[in-house]
Amino acid sequence: MRRTLLAASLLLASQAGAETPVLTVYAGDYFTSEWGPGPMIETGFEEICNCDLQFSTGDLLPRLLLEGERTKADVVIGLTSDVTARARATGLFAPHGQDNSALTLPIDWTDDTFLPFNYGHTAFIYNETTMEAPPASFDALLEMPDDVKIVIQDPRTSISGLALVLWVQAVYGEASADVWTKLAPKILTVTKDWSASYGLFTDGEADMVLSYTTSPAYHMFAEDDFTKKAALFPEGHYFMVETVAKIAQTQKPELADAFLTYVMSRDFQSMIPTANWSLPSALPQTDWPEGWAQLPLPEKVLFYSETEAAALQAEAIETWRNALSQ
Amino acid sequence: MAQRAQPISGTSGIVAGTCVVAAVLLAFVGIGLRAEPGTGLGPAEGQAIRFTVMQAALSALISVTLAVPLARALARREMPGRTLLVTLLGAPFILPVIVAVLGLLAIFGRKGWVNQVLDILDLPSLSIYGLHGVVLAHVFFNLPLATRLLLQGWQSIPAERFRLAAQLNLPPAMIWRTLEWPLIVRVLPGAAALIFVICLTSFAVALTLGGGPRATTIELAIFQAFRFDFDLSKAAMLSVVQLVLAGGAALLALWVIPAIPLTGGMDRPVQRWDARGGVQRLTDALVIALGAAFLLLPLLSVTLAGLVGLPLMPASVWQAAFVSLWVAALSVAVLLAVALPLAGWIAIRARGSAEAIGLLGLSASPLMIGTGWFILINPIADPVSLSLPVTAIVNALMALPFALRILVPGIREALAGHGRLCLSLGVTGWSAWRWLILPRALPQIGFAAGLTGALSIGDLGVIALFADPDRATLPLQMYRLMGAYQTDAAAGAALLLLMMALVIFWTCDRGARWYAKT
Repeated sequence: MRRTLLAASLLLASQAGAETPVLTVYAGDYFTSEWGPGPMIETGFEEICNCDLQFSTGDLLPRLLLEGERTKADVVIGLTSDVTARARATGLFAPHGQDNSALTLPIDWTDDTFLPFNYGHTAFIYNETTMEAPPASFDALLEMPDDVKIVIQDPRTSISGLALVLWVQAVYGEASADVWTKLAPKILTVTKDWSASYGLFTDGEADMVLSYTTSPAYHMFAEDDFTKKAALFPEGHYFMVETVAKIAQTQKPELADAFLTYVMSRDFQSMIPTANWSLPSALPQTDWPEGWAQLPLPEKVLFYSETEAAALQAEAIETWRNALSQ
Repeated sequence: MAQRAQPISGTSGIVAGTCVVAAVLLAFVGIGLRAEPGTGLGPAEGQAIRFTVMQAALSALISVTLAVPLARALARREMPGRTLLVTLLGAPFILPVIVAVLGLLAIFGRKGWVNQVLDILDLPSLSIYGLHGVVLAHVFFNLPLATRLLLQGWQSIPAERFRLAAQLNLPPAMIWRTLEWPLIVRVLPGAAALIFVICLTSFAVALTLGGGPRATTIELAIFQAFRFDFDLSKAAMLSVVQLVLAGGAALLALWVIPAIPLTGGMDRPVQRWDARGGVQRLTDALVIALGAAFLLLPLLSVTLAGLVGLPLMPASVWQAAFVSLWVAALSVAVLLAVALPLAGWIAIRARGSAEAIGLLGLSASPLMIGTGWFILINPIADPVSLSLPVTAIVNALMALPFALRILVPGIREALAGHGRLCLSLGVTGWSAWRWLILPRALPQIGFAAGLTGALSIGDLGVIALFADPDRATLPLQMYRLMGAYQTDAAAGAALLLLMMALVIFWTCDRGARWYAKT
């Protein structure tokens, strides 16, 4: 008798499992660990969607390009603006259907396919206990003595590194080559990715590190450490954004749409700052979590659209490589 | 030279070799299916190729040169803690690169221990960034490997030779000429070629310690072509360049190794009557101390940083550690299934050029192999559900050249000493493996298995391309921690990784030795 009951309840459970629709979301590798935003997003969305949200992680764009039409994704979250052109060209994506005017980005966003969910800016981070006179402008950074050492990421292997060469391009244009020549003696080294650079900075090996304007927030709110600061430059800072997009051939278009609506919701937006150490894309500054509104942010924001970036990118990287190879 | 009759045949080895070649070729077929005509190689790639070859050649040369005195000193001395030291000296080789880089910079970096001492002494500080830094890091990684391979060679000199040399009262210089130098000539070219290939595929280490784009390697260009430009044909082309360079170096090295006929001994414990002098004791002690300091200080800094982070590690790190153990075990199993028959086949041939097959996996770039297989698997099955077995197999392929370098001399020696006896007793084929080769080569098998397990634990492998979020490996979890500002917890995970790799290595290596002795 007991066995029959158990079998019956197992059967029921598995049927219930079969009926719960699954939404497959491809995300960047960092996304789903317990210190990433994934788990909170999963809990938050499953409360309202009557579905099972499943993340699948990996190297987003290469994976989509390799899978092509066979992709199992319904939604892709975490594509950065430097790869959206390439992602768009696959023809895999459908319009997001959300109202772009609800966005609170510092730039004008008109893309109907890739919907921003958080943003930040490139910035050089320093430790105020060891650096008494941080540069007050990009020009001042170039004039710093050569024994001030900064560590940056390679634009050929890292998104933040690419943002840096575009930043220099946006501020200095034709003079970029000279800027890199001036910076070269101050560049301690170049790392493959952001983590290695940041590790060198926190270990005290470098005085400044190329990172994001939101990096000090992590130290402030997670570690109670108020010594890490972003050097803000009046010339402006390069804008970096992460987006979410819907796969056109999804079998669950309603669920995918519901997820995009959820991304724009106050619930999602207000957890982004501490969950992803980044700024929410559709939440007025006054509604940011406590303390975040006081985070120093640049007044001027620089950004190349994906077509402009695509046109400039190869040459900007080559300028960088030439100047630093001398 | 006429092929001598051997108790084992090469058939299974040829099958295993074919499997390896097929695994690599299939990956290229997969990439070929998806590659569109790309941009071809430009001047930037030309510079990368030149730099890669130069740093790899320098690194290999310096690693093997320094390994000679270190291995000689270790071979001549019996001292308390020697086995522990030999095991620990192997640790740099199995460290994840990012951990090793941070460890090296804690010692040799701008704010490192060396510069702090120089500062106290009012001496000008040293900068590690540049070609010399790349070479220093690569020597740090590979000196242990070269030392172990040489040490293994030294231990293969029968005790009777040293006894005879002592009876003839040969001075150390003569012992060097008659016993040690012929051995070095036999071991060194292969070790140098192997290190050359490892350094050829270096990427993050070369970039960071090289100080920037001057230190661009072919592997970085492959990563860039694949990850940023998604130019599969260019990535494949660069991968072939790497393959050709590695294959060329290997063939050259294996070709210059003289085919010295080996003779066996009576397995007496070695006594070194020649190394009793005070000067020799002093120089050996100095060499061992210097070598140990160079290799162990960065490990000490990794350990110190890790101890702070251990309590901060989230539970998922332990889960990942378990997954990694599983991957390592699978890697070892795959490796032994491929390497043993392959090594047997190479051992019965007069020349060892077939060993170049073993280098295919390592030099074709794991990124390429992983991608190629992803393309092939994707239409048939979900690559994500196969990510762990694929990672294990690719890790085994990466470890294959090391395993062959270790196994072939052991098997060759077993066959040289007892092959004819086996033949006359009719002990051939599987029986020869069972009664002669496996027992005789057990220490080498343990060493190879331990090295593979440890490498597999520490290597990120191809899993980053298509990971299942619930089944992350320990290195992947460590990189995730680093990417989320959790530097301390990541250092803890790195220490755990180091400990696990050492324990696996120790268990296989010492276990097999212990079993072989009893």
